[in-house]
Amino acid sequence: MSQCLTARSIDHVLLERGEVANSWRTERWDSLRLLTPNWQSRLPGFGYEGTDPDGFRTMPETVDFITRYAHAIAAPVEAQTTVTSVRASTEGYSVATDRGDWDCRAVVLAAGACNIAVVPSLASAVPSSIATLTPKAYRNPDQLEPGGVLVVGASATGIQLADEIHRSGRRVTLAVGEHVRAPRTYRGRDIQWWMDAAGVLDERYDEVDDIVRARNLPSLQLVGSLERTTLDLNALTGMGVRLVGRLAGITDGKVQFSGSLRNQCALADLKLARLLDTIDEWATLNGLDGEVGPSHRFEPTSVEASPPLGLDFASGEIRTILCATGFRPDYSWLDIPILDRKGQIRHDGGVVALPGIYLMGMPFLRRRKSSLIDGAGDDARDLSDHLASFLGGRVSATSR
Amino acid sequence: MATANTQVDNGVNVAALLGAREALTATPEGAQFKWRATCKWVKGTHSHSSVTGFFGLGAEQKHRSEFTFDADHPEIFASEDKGATPVELVLVGLASCLTAGVAAVAQHRGIQLRSVQATIEGGMDIQGILGIDSDVRNGFDGIKVKYNIDADAAPDEIKAIVAQSQKRSAVYDIVANPTNVTVEVN
Repeated sequence: MSQCLTARSIDHVLLERGEVANSWRTERWDSLRLLTPNWQSRLPGFGYEGTDPDGFRTMPETVDFITRYAHAIAAPVEAQTTVTSVRASTEGYSVATDRGDWDCRAVVLAAGACNIAVVPSLASAVPSSIATLTPKAYRNPDQLEPGGVLVVGASATGIQLADEIHRSGRRVTLAVGEHVRAPRTYRGRDIQWWMDAAGVLDERYDEVDDIVRARNLPSLQLVGSLERTTLDLNALTGMGVRLVGRLAGITDGKVQFSGSLRNQCALADLKLARLLDTIDEWATLNGLDGEVGPSHRFEPTSVEASPPLGLDFASGEIRTILCATGFRPDYSWLDIPILDRKGQIRHDGGVVALPGIYLMGMPFLRRRKSSLIDGAGDDARDLSDHLASFLGGRVSATSR
Repeated sequence: MATANTQVDNGVNVAALLGAREALTATPEGAQFKWRATCKWVKGTHSHSSVTGFFGLGAEQKHRSEFTFDADHPEIFASEDKGATPVELVLVGLASCLTAGVAAVAQHRGIQLRSVQATIEGGMDIQGILGIDSDVRNGFDGIKVKYNIDADAAPDEIKAIVAQSQKRSAVYDIVANPTNVTVEVN
């Protein structure tokens, strides 16, 4: 957005509570790599120039990439500046920070979708003898007590941590609710390459049937690794991780799991088959069939005959519960009436109901790729268009 | 999601359901329902239940007529077999809920159904209810549902309808997940 605003000569500042790429620096576990290949992080006028376009950036590499971009576009960053409130003023908006206040005519909210780890409310009934943590606090398995770990949630975070913790020699049980199965590679190409090429990632928010559902879809079960491994539920059961149903209850020192595991896996298998159908049709239509590997389908997710419906904490099988049950944004610093009854910002593709307020970086904000680094460019171009006509070319930010 | 095709008629008014969904999104308090039944002991294990009223859309509602259900146990349990066993009624509830869902999802996806048949079986070790072995649970040790569906759709589309029906089924959720039960005596 800063690049687009600069290109339009719109005066602006970026308020950053820490350093550039703060959440990548401070809120990620050690082994995490981006889920998208290096080539795919295309920012306006800035892309990958290294020798491993199909690799996946580590967190230090991601921080470096974003920091270099900030320098390349001479982004006017005010670092170590925490916004404490945004409220309406006579001229537009007044933004209070711990390092002074700003008056502006427009505000772009780009604080991210993953500020707070969501923990199921029933986790409050976990006995005190069991350690609990979230992916925000997790760094590596050394942090965990010896003994078994229940990982709750089987999206990208849950499957990666289940894998890593299992490799540390701990017994891992993975509670699986709704999830989106995806292979790392298909027909010799990265799944992200296919989704990018076939236009799946460019699908617009005003074109999908059910945008509320599309915005709430769990992340693809992907991991970025040197080996370009597919880490689906079959891979996890193959190495000895035990699958159970969605976390359903905690009562009398026992944890209960839903009996819905088989259907959750069937839903994900069917959804994957539909994605691969889309890819195959696109490949044929575009004459790629001779160029890429043959079309094929993956084994259905294997579910044991009677997955356990509960575990007794007293058995000692579980010492730690890791809730990888998603994240939500923190809007506690917004003093403007833009939230709906579910606490989400009311907006139309990032144009918030209040004039001059814009939102970026949320799942499916304007396109399926909106939450990817690669999605920021197109969204910023669209929204800076809107913002520029809103301002009518006037200067937008002055320090006071 | 395909839009409803006017050529397809499974007897489900999808427009009304979508209208209700939209209306209740705006007024979530109207979505609070109370479902009720009364049950009267007759003799032995035989009981007679009825449903008439329920609460929903902010008001008391009534079925078009009273529906009644006799429950009993078979003769091998030394009962008189005046009705289905309560556990069979649970199976009936699950199968009919899933089947209603199949029709609704198929209609919504523009798929014409010709026939839908479910067979459902719940396994049970009655050492539990007889108190022979406290390690055996009273309820089903598992439920299996098999669908035979004839419809204008590919096999994977039919499987997707059945999977979606489970995802949205009240009875499936009630059976597959724990529910707090409070029983009081006046």
